[in-house]
Amino acid sequence: MAHMGTAGKPGGKESGGGLRYPTNGKTIYHRPLNRSRTSELSQASFAYLFSEMVAYAQKRVTGIQDLEKRLNVQGHPIGLKLLDLLLIREPARTQTRPLNIIALLHFIKGNVWQHLFGRQANEVQRSSNAETPDEYMIIDNEPVVNAYISVPREMSQLNCAAFVAGIVEGVCDGAAFPARVTAHTVGGKEDGEMWPGKTVFLVKFQPEVLEREALLGKG
Amino acid sequence: MTVFALIIINKAGGLIYNRTFHEGGLNKLSTNDYLVLAGTFHGVHAITTRLNPVKIERPSTAASSGPGGAPILTRPDPPSGLEVLESENFRLQCFTTLTGTKFLLFTDTTQANISVIMGRVYEMYSDYVMKNPFYQLEMPIRCDMFDRKLSSHIREINNK
Repeated sequence: MAHMGTAGKPGGKESGGGLRYPTNGKTIYHRPLNRSRTSELSQASFAYLFSEMVAYAQKRVTGIQDLEKRLNVQGHPIGLKLLDLLLIREPARTQTRPLNIIALLHFIKGNVWQHLFGRQANEVQRSSNAETPDEYMIIDNEPVVNAYISVPREMSQLNCAAFVAGIVEGVCDGAAFPARVTAHTVGGKEDGEMWPGKTVFLVKFQPEVLEREALLGKG
Repeated sequence: MTVFALIIINKAGGLIYNRTFHEGGLNKLSTNDYLVLAGTFHGVHAITTRLNPVKIERPSTAASSGPGGAPILTRPDPPSGLEVLESENFRLQCFTTLTGTKFLLFTDTTQANISVIMGRVYEMYSDYVMKNPFYQLEMPIRCDMFDRKLSSHIREINNK
């Protein structure tokens, strides 16, 4: 008890208690942990880690849907936290969370992809099907997580980028745009053999999101 | 200069990968013969490894003494065993990894820089096979990505 009392004193003297901020306003959240110039991580060590994550998710699953769900769940909390982190690193003017669907998807395509993979996603599209106006697509020609993964033929519907879909879902949920995000392989079908690993992240927003969007659009 | 085929043998002597790159270079064998070839080569390699005595390095006091003056014990290089087998029409180069997996590359006798090709093949193996969560160790290699990268790399060499 004695040492707790003394520890409390200096803080009380300087700022009247509470957290102390550095004078330039930059907290530890403003800079990456890795101080090197490009702040890159080794892709090999990530590949081994991700490989083990997939192997772990594969234990005691009943099917491919179940496996994708587990990968999605692994990514979800990352997305939730990433939204806060990336917003606090923005300049003070633009620190608000995205307020409409287009701004949110551009934030994901630009900031989130840049932070995670060192480059932007290739495309963002709205579903061309008139019956599903709640569906948007984020397209990545070569997902980094799938760089070394060959899915066996008997599991051909599986795409391990379901983990990234989980991250995107977390960002959407955190920004109060609840959505279901799934990853689908489309490579080797429409674009020939150019991008065999081409992946579409299908973002399906909940009905209330579109309802709100329509009301905001009127006002 | 042509690379004919690649065979990968696991550490128990089983054939886990067999791929022909150039038609007409080598005669086709039956699957059974390839399995026998892999097993036999594995056995011969094991015996030739015992044939080659391990060099015992004498610790020279000047070069290999640690900070406290104690000599650093170095493990001698493991005996390598059979590395090259040459016939009139082809050359078989063997590369053993530290974990005992063997890569056998069949090329024609004039092929240069085989060790560079071998290094690249090993690199692709460690990337596209070992980092694949669906590959089970010591089992036959069925990885599309490995097949694809390997054939495009070897095609480049063969078309030079």
